[in-house]
Amino acid sequence: MNEFKLPDVGEGLTEAEIVAWRVKEGDVVAINDVVVEIETAKSIVELPSPYAGHVLALLAAEGDTVEVGTPIIRIGEPDAATAPTSAPTSEPVPPPASEVPTAPAEPPVSSASGTDPIDTNVPPEGNATLVGYGPKQRALKRRARKATPGEVAAVVVPGPVEPSRPARALAKPLVRRLARDLGVDLTALEPTGPKGTVSKEDVLAAAGGVAPGVAAPRVSADPAGRETREPVKGVRKNMAAAMVSSAFTAPHVSEWVTVDATATVELVDRLRERREFADVKVSPLLVVARACLLALRRNPLINSTWDEAAQEVVVKQYVNLGIAAATPRGLVVPNVKDAHALSLVELAQALETLTTTAREGRTQPADLAGGSFTITNVGVFGVDGGTPIINPGESAILCLGAIRPQPWVVGDQVVPRQAMTLSLSFDHRHIDGATGSRFLADVAGLVSDPATALLF
Amino acid sequence: MSDPVFGPAPERAPDPELVQLLTPEGERVHHPGFDVDFTPDELRGFYRDMTLVRRLDVEATALQRHGELGLWAQLLGQEAAQIGAGRALAPQDFVFPTYREHGVAWCRGVDPVRLLSLFRGVDQGSWDPAEHNFALYTIVIGAQTLHATGYAMGVQRDGLVGTGDPDRDMAVVAHFGDGASSQGDVNEAFVFAASYNAPVVFFCQNNQWAISEPFERQSRIPLYRRAHGFGFPGVRVDGNDVLATYAVMKAALQRAREGQGPILIEAYTYRMGAHTTTDDPTRYRLSEDLEHWKLKDPIARLEVYLRRNGMADEAFTADVAAEADALGERMRRECHALPDPSPHDLWDLVHAEKTAELAAQQAEYDAHAASFEEALS
Repeated sequence: MNEFKLPDVGEGLTEAEIVAWRVKEGDVVAINDVVVEIETAKSIVELPSPYAGHVLALLAAEGDTVEVGTPIIRIGEPDAATAPTSAPTSEPVPPPASEVPTAPAEPPVSSASGTDPIDTNVPPEGNATLVGYGPKQRALKRRARKATPGEVAAVVVPGPVEPSRPARALAKPLVRRLARDLGVDLTALEPTGPKGTVSKEDVLAAAGGVAPGVAAPRVSADPAGRETREPVKGVRKNMAAAMVSSAFTAPHVSEWVTVDATATVELVDRLRERREFADVKVSPLLVVARACLLALRRNPLINSTWDEAAQEVVVKQYVNLGIAAATPRGLVVPNVKDAHALSLVELAQALETLTTTAREGRTQPADLAGGSFTITNVGVFGVDGGTPIINPGESAILCLGAIRPQPWVVGDQVVPRQAMTLSLSFDHRHIDGATGSRFLADVAGLVSDPATALLF
Repeated sequence: MSDPVFGPAPERAPDPELVQLLTPEGERVHHPGFDVDFTPDELRGFYRDMTLVRRLDVEATALQRHGELGLWAQLLGQEAAQIGAGRALAPQDFVFPTYREHGVAWCRGVDPVRLLSLFRGVDQGSWDPAEHNFALYTIVIGAQTLHATGYAMGVQRDGLVGTGDPDRDMAVVAHFGDGASSQGDVNEAFVFAASYNAPVVFFCQNNQWAISEPFERQSRIPLYRRAHGFGFPGVRVDGNDVLATYAVMKAALQRAREGQGPILIEAYTYRMGAHTTTDDPTRYRLSEDLEHWKLKDPIARLEVYLRRNGMADEAFTADVAAEADALGERMRRECHALPDPSPHDLWDLVHAEKTAELAAQQAEYDAHAASFEEALS
């Protein structure tokens, strides 16, 4: 029986996510048959099997993030599978936690071990270990030295430890931070982790079982399965970091205006008829994007960056127009480079390429960097408006609402018109209300009467 | 737009001619400058070489995915360029490879397991360059073109060029890629080779991608034309056509051996795999491109030609496939058996003589190693 340990398929990678198994238990595989697809920080990779035989067990579930070196699949003769525990002979590979919940040397795990969330950011000690290894291998990095007289192992006391509790509690940095975040006093806890350390579970238990929002557990923590937990990583993690950094550094001001967009809707219809636009998507977003580019020319401060380090405002002579795109993996904001220099047709093509690429998840890092102004289109969800958060490094963001027929006063008459709300958030450190309002009014004017573009 | 003073811009120059002897459809065509006749045995030999080298590459890639190698640089798609260039060599010619020249290494008789040990990190290149006339892999991009040029200038000074003795005159080959063509080293090598008329063949496999950077960003003109600016000839050959690559390389090597100086060959090909096992090409290139180049596969076109002309049958291809399987099996087995390097190599291999200081350091290390309960490997 062989266990295939997750290899480092890049250079210096420490973990990978199991994307999809290509085999199931009982399947017969030959050497180099692809068994699993994994995603690393660098790429999605198919792993070929180093062994031939029957698939006895898949040791990690799809969606799991697994440390390099952890066995992920067991391959061998079917008979061996019937043995309840896999007694490792030559290689000291501990059996998976699902079969043998605790290694003898470990203290008992908390009662909720089976359903405990797994934080992939911390070593799975005393936890419902994903697979195989109990205590993290890395913790044992230092080799044991031969004892010499007068030399005593200081901290390393094996086995279930009597808590001769030190003044300062033993805990890993991540656990310390968790305790700080949750307001838990580490020294007041009864440590249940290995070697008398305070474990994450101890902290969570002391905090009343409340997990912080940023923890990255994997499965339902609720016995009845009424809650699910999803890991914060990848695009979502980036989104979170970007939003937090923006929201808490740039003082946001939001303003909005509802405009009669009937002329824009008619313009879109006319453009769709034209041959130049035959192969490209024409939408109100295109007209609004163009309106923003024109209005930015008149209000250049909107298209700027606050340079904290230099204590300067960097006003840009170009517009890299960002479009917030909802993708299956979360929010990304790719931008059209030098959008100010594009014709309407080119802009339409660029926007289409950008959004298609983003939805396919193929946006390249370069497309995400260097944005100077962003548009977010919540109208596609039927929403009227909101208070968008500025993309970090930029100074303003325009939110485009849904276009819907509404009663509108024209002259003395109330008539149905296609109305739309435009919401703008800007960085009040350097953009005052007058500048922000002027920009928003310019965009609104262009949307209600696109012909005024001739004035710009 | 033609400038009245400076003339036409280079990108408006006519499309380059591609030397080709076997079309992607497996049709034999002829070229006035490079017409070579091949015997059925030679053709079957090319097929066998390319098939085995492809298997070598696939197996090494799998070994990396098994966790047995730290890294592997794939050659998938470039078999014809490498086998053509490798088989055209005379025994006395000397080759300076990049880290992707597994096919040329194969032609020079370097055991594939020696390539694995390098990428497994258990040695730093274990073949004897003098034994195979094949230098160690160079990881630094383009650096080997300078080594090759310097070596060629040495060959010249040793009087091993232009004597008319076919067993004595030698040529030097510098392998590099399209990405390296932008490196200063490569351009310096061109300058020196041209100035000294060095007997070096610059063999550039233009596989279209410098990791994620497309060829369009390396050069505004076809690469082989770069040579003209340095004052020596350049030629573009279909790098997926083993016959054409062989013929062009043969002629270029002969020219260098005769003392007519350097030449640049641009073997126009495509990297079907990733840059290395660490790279994910789906992030920067379109699958349509890949599909397009699959139709130009170097092995498939030769197989079509062999079968259509009765030079190969089912039994022959099955034999080669079995040989490839055996090679794959041997590579796996011997890769697993590769010994880890000994820390003592530091004292044994770096200096010719073990000085008192080195001996003292080694003794100190041994004492340290002995202080552990578990032996240090």
